[in-house]
Amino acid sequence: MEEKKVILDIRNFSVSFEQYEKGFRKTGLPVIRNLDVTIREGEMVAVVGSSGSGKSLLAHGILGILPYNATMGGELVYDGELLTKERQKALRGNEIVLVPQSVAFLDPLMKIGPQIRKGKKDQASREKLNGIFEGYHLKNEVQELYPFELSGGMNRRVLVSTAMMGNPRLVIADEPTPGLHMAMVRRVMSHFRELADQGAGVLLITHDLEQALEVADRVVVFYAGTTVEDADAKDFRSEETLRHPYSKALWRALPQNGFQFIRGTQPYVKDLPEGCPFGPRCEWYTEACKGEISCREVRGGRVRCVRAV
Amino acid sequence: MVLEAKNISFQYGRDTKQILENFSLRMESHERVGIVAPSGFGKTTFCKILSGYEKPDGGEVLLDGKPLSSYGRYCPVQMIWQHPEQVVNPRLRMREVLKQGDEIEEYIVEGLGIEEDWKNRFPAEISGGEMQRFCIARALGRRTRFLLADEISTMLDLITQSQIWSFLIGEVERREIGLLAVSHSMPLLESVCTRIIDLEHL
Repeated sequence: MEEKKVILDIRNFSVSFEQYEKGFRKTGLPVIRNLDVTIREGEMVAVVGSSGSGKSLLAHGILGILPYNATMGGELVYDGELLTKERQKALRGNEIVLVPQSVAFLDPLMKIGPQIRKGKKDQASREKLNGIFEGYHLKNEVQELYPFELSGGMNRRVLVSTAMMGNPRLVIADEPTPGLHMAMVRRVMSHFRELADQGAGVLLITHDLEQALEVADRVVVFYAGTTVEDADAKDFRSEETLRHPYSKALWRALPQNGFQFIRGTQPYVKDLPEGCPFGPRCEWYTEACKGEISCREVRGGRVRCVRAV
Repeated sequence: MVLEAKNISFQYGRDTKQILENFSLRMESHERVGIVAPSGFGKTTFCKILSGYEKPDGGEVLLDGKPLSSYGRYCPVQMIWQHPEQVVNPRLRMREVLKQGDEIEEYIVEGLGIEEDWKNRFPAEISGGEMQRFCIARALGRRTRFLLADEISTMLDLITQSQIWSFLIGEVERREIGLLAVSHSMPLLESVCTRIIDLEHL
């Protein structure tokens, strides 16, 4: 099979925040380290991981909308060229679209319709929006309302519609479905899948592993700001085919797989343990885990663990 | 104890859609009831009515045959909200947020995995998952008899979800607290609840 063209290649990406401690002493807070994700044409990549593992920061980093005290490192390569600030500015909203995590991203002072059409009034964009809204069970009157007049689920659907308006090459969906019921989640997911099948790359950031597995081609697992596993979605059918102990723990935590949990919490970036960040919670933990852990190829996937086989 | 909602009707404002119409539910304190429905069906509104945050246009809510208002300052029906960041005072440290309700026993705070140094932070300095643990602890006061969990775990990762749920199930069983769980996830409700109600196909 012919290797598909890479749309976005994220290499050794890092984000750190500059913070003031007592007085004027500055410290860097490295929230994302050693992150590698590749998205190809027609591919849907799901990023799963615990809250606070830096998933949303990745999305905002790609679009260049991180807060001013954040510093990015590593490389973002879009369409074979380095993604610079200028390119980010030109591409976002056109070729690269974001479905943001919070309904607070909608402009509260602008009516829904004009907001989603970005002010365009021509017949074509009107009809397109009507069509999209119909698909999401939103009545046409909704376009004349303000965001605060809609329910949480309706605002969600409005946010998702923004991605369907243009002809995006890369869609970044940051937790697009919480607050939606199952049937609607499926519909939204199938629309993202359609976008991918038409050739766009889709990066789906979520913690709903079940949904991700239904539609995505690949799953990237985040833990404490780094990628621990990059696996085919099929590998999540059983615990044995997974590689990293954290991915296995995620699998076991699904209600239908026993609803088991592991002790402890994800470490705060300031007091990360040496070596493997998952080490203190891991049953495989040994001396070897205290060193630098690099990514390895194991059974066709990539994993950041010395013990994985 | 028995929590009863009798023929509840509700709408926000006069010209809007009727959200709840003649809806009734009866649950006992040893039960764990799950509710599923599409968004906009009034699940949150129903929880708000059950816990006294909203007055129904018609019908009544009774706890052991008496209205909620007869139970003094602390309502025995407590609600855990879907968005914890919207229900904590941003100017209070988490330590003070915990003290806002009834007296809370220390093992609850520990069992939910709340760490000592989180308590000194302000709401803006902790993550959603951490804040939700505080909100759950706050709702588990000594006099709580019914707990309404409105999509409390959608924003949490899987491991935190199972951690919190297994603690909650243990706690409500031990203290015979009735639990009403609202969620979109069928597998979750099936493993948490003793009875599931689908509002769409009633």
